[in-house]
Amino acid sequence: MAESPPRLVTEHLTAVYGKFTAVKDVSLGFRANTVNALIGPSGCGKSTFLRTLNRMHELSEGGWITGKVLLDGEDIYGSRVSPMQLRRRIGMVFQKPTPFPTMSIYDNVAAGLKLNGRRPRGELDEIVERSLRDAALWEEVKDRLQASALALSGGQQQRLCIARSIAPRPQVVLLDEPTASLEPGGTHRIVELVFELKKEYTIVIVTHNMQQAARVSDTTSFFYMGALIESGPTRQIFTAPKQERTEAYITGRFG
Amino acid sequence: MNRKRFRRWKSNFMVGVMIAAVVVAVAPLLFILFNLIVKGAGSLSLGFFTRMPVPAGETGGGVAHAIVGTLLMVGMAALVGVPLGIGAGLYSAEFPGTRLAKASRFLADVMNGTPSIVVGVFAWTLIVARTKQFSALAGSAALAMLMIPMVMRTTEELIKLVPHSLREAALALGYPRWRTTVAIVLRTALPGIVTGSLLAVARVAGETAPLLFTALGSQFFSLSLHEPMAALPLTVFQYATGPYEEWHQFAWAAALVLILVVMALSLAARLATRGRFARHG
Repeated sequence: MAESPPRLVTEHLTAVYGKFTAVKDVSLGFRANTVNALIGPSGCGKSTFLRTLNRMHELSEGGWITGKVLLDGEDIYGSRVSPMQLRRRIGMVFQKPTPFPTMSIYDNVAAGLKLNGRRPRGELDEIVERSLRDAALWEEVKDRLQASALALSGGQQQRLCIARSIAPRPQVVLLDEPTASLEPGGTHRIVELVFELKKEYTIVIVTHNMQQAARVSDTTSFFYMGALIESGPTRQIFTAPKQERTEAYITGRFG
Repeated sequence: MNRKRFRRWKSNFMVGVMIAAVVVAVAPLLFILFNLIVKGAGSLSLGFFTRMPVPAGETGGGVAHAIVGTLLMVGMAALVGVPLGIGAGLYSAEFPGTRLAKASRFLADVMNGTPSIVVGVFAWTLIVARTKQFSALAGSAALAMLMIPMVMRTTEELIKLVPHSLREAALALGYPRWRTTVAIVLRTALPGIVTGSLLAVARVAGETAPLLFTALGSQFFSLSLHEPMAALPLTVFQYATGPYEEWHQFAWAAALVLILVVMALSLAARLATRGRFARHG
């Protein structure tokens, strides 16, 4: 793993829904231009953890946190940080593709760009093309940018959502099981894409798929019952885990 | 093998029952339409749409005053009722747990179940009794009061159908909440809301009772909001209860025009929705 400064860091992060503690005291760091996998059985808190990283967690009923999340050293829960502005710097892609159904392919990609004031058409065209190229979708849609986003297949829709999330040039992209609802072909393309994306972005990806985690990620963190059990370079986690529970999970003995 | 045949028989039987139910449900509508065409179409002519009524005993004349009156009063009611209904529906869908939302939802349901004549009497006490004048304005107000709860509940249900994941996707892009609501949620539900609103318009266009105590009806062409005004349902009512055979003919024809207007609105609602979906795939 190339050494680069930590881009996103959590310090003693605890996330709560009402009275239920979903994430307990997690301290983790993600370096720039790396892919970081979060693994663990359902309900282990990895998705909630992910949602604290762009302040989506606090939108859930009764959602609040203690501890800190630092993006390039700045506390994103600081009183001067606007969650809206923050989410333009930390993009997110969800389990199910969520294209905006009333918008064209083009408008979907441009959706996040229009928030920071008007841009000249030419510039917008350029960013849309670049984002679609980066999301490996350009060749398939370049002749029908004005078609409905719903005309695309599930896998294409998911790549469209990735294009939409990287169009505003975020520093970090969060992926919440991006391939869980796709068929194998679509899954394969997304996995390839994640590998490409780390050249420009810092990626945090929640996944249930061990092979996927092993293949694309630089670091892997194993969550269990809301706690971070083990975190380290992916190779080490998958070949020589230090914790017994990590090994049991990775080898499929539970979870 | 035997069991398989029984299952198939059972399936066919149930499908048959459902088809019968559809026929029974649709038959009265077709019968009404057929009857109206048979009895009303004979009196329809260009003059029926463009001319005023003539005194009893004379032949000819039309219901232009009532057509204009219906369009005017329903149009004004829609101008007030649709935005208010959509606004209220949006509020109670976006803040479903609040006391105001719960109360207005309950009231809207009560209102939707209230006989429209009650709304007419209410509009009478509110406006007619105070201004000491039957007026088109009072008629519009009564129709708007009927529309608001209908539009509100439709809007609310349709907004609730918009997947939560879309809202989250917009918020995760950095959309402020108001913009998520307007640009994504409302926009996604809009075709349905347009349909629901047009259906509400169509429904109040056929209302008679709330107009009896408010707009009253009139034999004259009028565009004044402060005077009694004719409307198609009132014309049907007045002619149908009148003593002359010619009037009865007119009532049938006016009823046919009314149902055609309502059908045109429903059709427009369909087309508006379909057009939107077609354009986007």
